[in-house]
Amino acid sequence: MPEYLLSIYQPDGDAPPPEVLEPIMADLATLNDEMRRTGVWVFAMGLHPASTATVVRPKENLITDGPFAEGKEHVGGFTVIRAADLDEALNWARRMAAVLTLPVEVRPIAFEEK
Amino acid sequence: MTPGIEEVFRAEYGRAVAVLVRAFGDIDLAEEVVQDAFAEAVIRWPETGTPPSPAGWIITTARNRAIDRVRREAQRDAKQAEAARLQPEPEPEEGGPVDDDRLRLIFTCCHPALAEPARVALTLKLLGGLTTAEIAAAFLVPEPTMAQRLVRAKGKIRDAHIPYRVPGDADLPDRLSSVLAVVYLIFTEGHLGRVELSAEAIRLGRLLAELMPDEPEVLGLLALMLLTEARRPARADRLVPLPDQDRRLWNAELIAEGQDLVRRCLRRNRPGAYQIQAAINAVHSDARTADQTDWWQIVQLYDQLLAIAPSPVAELHRAVAVAEIDGPRVALSIIDSLPLSSHYLWYAVRAELLRRLDRKRDALSAYDMALNLVTQPSERAFLSGRRAELAVDV
Repeated sequence: MPEYLLSIYQPDGDAPPPEVLEPIMADLATLNDEMRRTGVWVFAMGLHPASTATVVRPKENLITDGPFAEGKEHVGGFTVIRAADLDEALNWARRMAAVLTLPVEVRPIAFEEK
Repeated sequence: MTPGIEEVFRAEYGRAVAVLVRAFGDIDLAEEVVQDAFAEAVIRWPETGTPPSPAGWIITTARNRAIDRVRREAQRDAKQAEAARLQPEPEPEEGGPVDDDRLRLIFTCCHPALAEPARVALTLKLLGGLTTAEIAAAFLVPEPTMAQRLVRAKGKIRDAHIPYRVPGDADLPDRLSSVLAVVYLIFTEGHLGRVELSAEAIRLGRLLAELMPDEPEVLGLLALMLLTEARRPARADRLVPLPDQDRRLWNAELIAEGQDLVRRCLRRNRPGAYQIQAAINAVHSDARTADQTDWWQIVQLYDQLLAIAPSPVAELHRAVAVAEIDGPRVALSIIDSLPLSSHYLWYAVRAELLRRLDRKRDALSAYDMALNLVTQPSERAFLSGRRAELAVDV
């Protein structure tokens, strides 16, 4: 069955205050449970802010501070799901975006290295 | 292509591709073998005569070719051939009209995960059988750009597993409106320019009406296209405004069909933007001369349209009807408040109203603004003609 990477884009800067964040995380946990129950869930990870990222380039062994892409939003976390087709993946992404109030990018996974 | 085959190609190409896509789950393969089958028909049919079921012959021939190809590829590299294939849908159950493969194909082509220009191009290519060169020419895009657009879209359908099916009830309204928008875009592109695009859009509209007869917006769109198309003979290759058209040139058969469809869809009492626009056109086509037009009814229909699909362009069209009832001054004050000052049509309507108010200098500068913004050649020709007439008397 096809797998999809659901990347969550969040604005740089401070996280929202706990009274905003906590209900969101609770709703997310409920959604994640549903994904596990229905066999959609593969795995998920949350990331430290983009300001902690470092880029390494192939030539001259160059190392630079900050994320690769300039911008005000960066990937803050991701979930890998297993879905029958794009419509099913988009439905999960839509629900995730609604819970998080953040945009979610859906990208098909081409292959997996074991 | 011989005339008989040309007709079969226009009528059956999309069906053949759709059947082959379902059977083999591979769009490129489907296109290639269907084209091969037509190439074979060009050689064979003049000798053997056109077979009793031309579409059946094309599909069987294409299917045999596809089976040969898949076998050959499987021998060469079993794994690779498998990886390149879409998950084919299981054979559909026989039954409702919704099971038509062409319907699946059009919903795939018009999937909202594809950019709109790609939806339009894919629909014309896979369902209409237009070549990449023809589509590129119609949309004034270099052929390599169009080819790349098509390759990219087909790649996304394959890799992201865009499904090959008619969406379920929950998604149907949104997805159908994307399909109808693509068909109408093809039509309007052809309306003032390439006739074959209009014909293709009407063909697609008829197909949708046949396959989804219970969707009033599907009937509404077909009616809108037929009633608009009916006036083409009165426009020749130019733009002639409704009041100046020779109504004897209108196609009575298309008008009758369009008006019948308007009545049928309105009876369902689920109004939508296409149905109302079709109804507006039906009112116009009821009037034997321009001054017999029922402008009251037209204004009311625009009010309905604005209630369900508010847009400044629809307000602009409504103002044109208001001018016929309350005069150009009232209409002008309506359009002055619309946020359309980067739109050529706003200046064109303004210019006409100012001219009727005898404000010739203001009208001339409005025509100039409209001419700065207009892109469509026949609209440009019309506007510069109007401007020239007025400039003579100033």
